[in-house]
Amino acid sequence: MTTWDGAAAAERVAITSDQDVVRVRQLVRTLAVAVKLSLVDQTKIVTAASELARNTLVYGGGGNAEVSRVDNGRKPGIRIVFADEGPGIPDLDLALTDGYTTGGGMGLGLSGARRLVDEFEIDTEVGKGTTISVTKWCR
Amino acid sequence: MERVPVLKIGDILLVSIQIDMEDQVALQLQEDLADKIVSTGCHGVIIDISALDIVDSFVGRTLATIASVSKVLDADTVVVGMRPAVAITLVELGLSLPGIRTALNVELGMKLLAQERERYELDLEDEDEESAVPTP
Amino acid sequence: MALSSEQGNRFADLLKGHEDTVIASWTDEISRTVRGRLSRAELQRQTSELQKGFQTALSGGASDLNDDAAAELRAQLTELSNTRARQGFTANETAVSVFALKEAVFQVIKGGEDADTATLRDYIGFSAFVDRAALFTFDTYVRIREELIADQAEQLLELSTPVVKLWEGVVAVPLVGTLDSARAQVVMERLLQTLVDTGSPYAIIDITGVPAVDTQVAQHILKTVVAARLMGADCIISGIRPQIAQTIVALGIEFGDIATKASLADALRHVLRLTGTKRQER
Repeated sequence: MTTWDGAAAAERVAITSDQDVVRVRQLVRTLAVAVKLSLVDQTKIVTAASELARNTLVYGGGGNAEVSRVDNGRKPGIRIVFADEGPGIPDLDLALTDGYTTGGGMGLGLSGARRLVDEFEIDTEVGKGTTISVTKWCR
Repeated sequence: MERVPVLKIGDILLVSIQIDMEDQVALQLQEDLADKIVSTGCHGVIIDISALDIVDSFVGRTLATIASVSKVLDADTVVVGMRPAVAITLVELGLSLPGIRTALNVELGMKLLAQERERYELDLEDEDEESAVPTP
Repeated sequence: MALSSEQGNRFADLLKGHEDTVIASWTDEISRTVRGRLSRAELQRQTSELQKGFQTALSGGASDLNDDAAAELRAQLTELSNTRARQGFTANETAVSVFALKEAVFQVIKGGEDADTATLRDYIGFSAFVDRAALFTFDTYVRIREELIADQAEQLLELSTPVVKLWEGVVAVPLVGTLDSARAQVVMERLLQTLVDTGSPYAIIDITGVPAVDTQVAQHILKTVVAARLMGADCIISGIRPQIAQTIVALGIEFGDIATKASLADALRHVLRLTGTKRQER
């Protein structure tokens, strides 16, 4: 089992199948409990992680997620970085719009996940891949 | 692969999701339920999600599809036991689960299904009476 | 300049030898700052205890406040900060209670008229020791005040968000006071949890006691209603005063198909009618 004592503790999971999405969820939940996020915030970050991990799998053609504990000096938090080397996102604004989808989903993945976290950064280049970093802080 | 069991209680199929479902398991459940509705002739489905600590858009979509498919097969679906934290997260996510009926627990879910069925049968009776009245 | 153990011993002797004088002038100093909010007898008791604390620490060879010999003194200073913070004294008034010892001791040295260089050097070391003690008191005071504030904020949150059972299957949340984001979140979670715990399919949110409804507050209420619906419960909003109704319309907030009633009584009647018709259908 993973222990999260150091501030730099990070765990990397490869996302290549359905099971890996479940693995990311469980890892994020374990850390969310360890940094003492409230129950609702735990649920939000795990849900966001689930959405983004599935995006990495379905649209990015697989990749990896790095889950780490962070600290901004005043409060602890949890950060997850999803990276893939897929086709990238041509129109970012459009992709972040509610209801927009190319994968036959409900189109809430990106925009919905963004609403569930405190910080959301996305870096994408067509043909190179996409990196998304999300952070949730304790209150 | 794990499978979510589908139980038959009277005229109702009860599904209690107790595991962190992989997407494949959710899709399998969707198929199993459709088969079971046809083979048992049940008119109600209760899906208990009180053990789920998250519902993401994939699970949400699966639930919506189950409800729609069941409707086509003449069965009402009620999703019961959603946790408060899950509901708050779904609202924030923007997922309102349209077309899905919900109840706080299995008991209230069964009541809701019974009411639905009664209303449906009352409507049938009304129709029968109307057609029985001879036209002058 | 740290205090050596001989210097410490000399001051311990001095505190012992001039016990009454030091306590008297120390107490005078403090009573000037607290201006009658503590009785002289009370102050005298505190200063004489502190005096013994300093005496013990210094004769035990404490050159720094963190030394083992000063453990007892630290405990006393913590206790002092604790009572002062709870009695509502300022940080300044609390720290002065310790600083005043310097003045009192200086009076004693001056009174002896033997203030040579050696004595002054001793006094500077002693003064530094008292400074550290005062700063320690100050720190403790701040920490205790922060704890107090956090506790009170939490208590206030608890107090201001009751969820009451109104009828079989009906719970109500009477909201009183301004709703900020943090409080709205607490209300939301508590209401939803109560619905689960009591198995109540109806909730009435009464906003009679909410002075103003802005877009954000309305947003929070709407989210609660939608979340409750997702769980299989219906919410009714009651207690909308005329001017709030005006604001809601002016702000263009859509309450959609959410039931709104003028009073809590109307809302309850509405719910009972809903459950009643269902019963009649059976």
